Amino acid sequence: MRLIFITLLALLVAAVVGLGATWMTATRGTDLGTLTIGAWTARPKTGTADVDPYSRATITRNGELPVGTGDGVAFTATTDDRKKPLDGRCDVVVSGVTPAARFWTLTLYDRQGHLVANSLQRYGFTSQEIVRSADGSFEVRIASRSRSGNWLPTGGIERYALMLRLYDTPVGVATRTQRDAPMPAIATMGCP
Amino acid sequence: MIRLLLTITAGILLGAIVHLVSVLALPRIASQDAYSRLTPATKLNAVTVLPAAEPSYTLIPFLDPAFAVAVCRYDLSGGPIKLTVPVSQAYTSVSFYTRNEVAYYAINDRSAGKKVIELDLMTEAQHDELPEDEEITAADRLIIDSPTPTGLIVMKALAPEPGLMTQAQASLAASSCKVQTDQPAKQAEAPRTRR
Repeated sequence: MRLIFITLLALLVAAVVGLGATWMTATRGTDLGTLTIGAWTARPKTGTADVDPYSRATITRNGELPVGTGDGVAFTATTDDRKKPLDGRCDVVVSGVTPAARFWTLTLYDRQGHLVANSLQRYGFTSQEIVRSADGSFEVRIASRSRSGNWLPTGGIERYALMLRLYDTPVGVATRTQRDAPMPAIATMGCP
Repeated sequence: MIRLLLTITAGILLGAIVHLVSVLALPRIASQDAYSRLTPATKLNAVTVLPAAEPSYTLIPFLDPAFAVAVCRYDLSGGPIKLTVPVSQAYTSVSFYTRNEVAYYAINDRSAGKKVIELDLMTEAQHDELPEDEEITAADRLIIDSPTPTGLIVMKALAPEPGLMTQAQASLAASSCKVQTDQPAKQAEAPRTRR
């Protein structure tokens, strides 16, 4: 009787620990092979054949199609530079320059990876449509209500993610630091 | 007490094994991966242009809304596939995914260096059976080996401004992805096809 109880307990612990850890890593991701610059993280290896098993599990679970390395690289940010989660009710400013690339796009998603509905039908900016200042830098204002300049509407959702994708770029597996890839800063300016 | 601690330790060790096995098995057992999601919406060995990304489109998460996207879901068991994608004005790329969404190859219009991206996709076995002389005459042909017999080819054309989206979609609609039938290589690989 006691042996049965102990075996069952061990198996229960094993199931909870094992599947729990898998669920955690598949939903939240791991730090394996990540490139972090400021608030932005990328996993350049997800676009190659030697993608790590954790990223593979996440990709298949979510039904994503990662950007291939010969195509580009995708950076994601879910917080600002001070680690404050991006809040759609606040004013957030993304400013600065981007690493060398033929094109880039900046897109706003909800945490499930879907676009957020808004009256303007604007879900992001491409490097061609953005308004820049004389020195080539840009400033995107992300807010629920309209703002002057490059306004990216949030639809007022509480949590969102930003994705900066660089296409045809030297940034990739070999990139390590901000100096190789100057990413724009993300700052929360004010919350109602 | 000691026995209980031992039990929990054994459980955690076993749990670590369960974790590793399940992480490695997840890509194979996942039923909601991109390939399965796209199966009802796409044709086999043909190009399907996906609808423009908008909030109501939730099939594939994290698609770039600035791009027109077309998918060719391929099955190489009937022979190699020939892919031609005309280059759009701004930026065009072609990415290849295995059945389990491993992005094993991607190319963009600049690295292709022509007005049309032309590729032959085949399994390694089909590549090995290509006649030698054909390999030489086809020196300008780009041959890609697919690690799995089925998978996805994703073609993307950038619309730098929203107004150019229709144009980008039209350029992708002109691409073709079909099984090569007029090839001597087809006969060579025929004995290997599984029935």
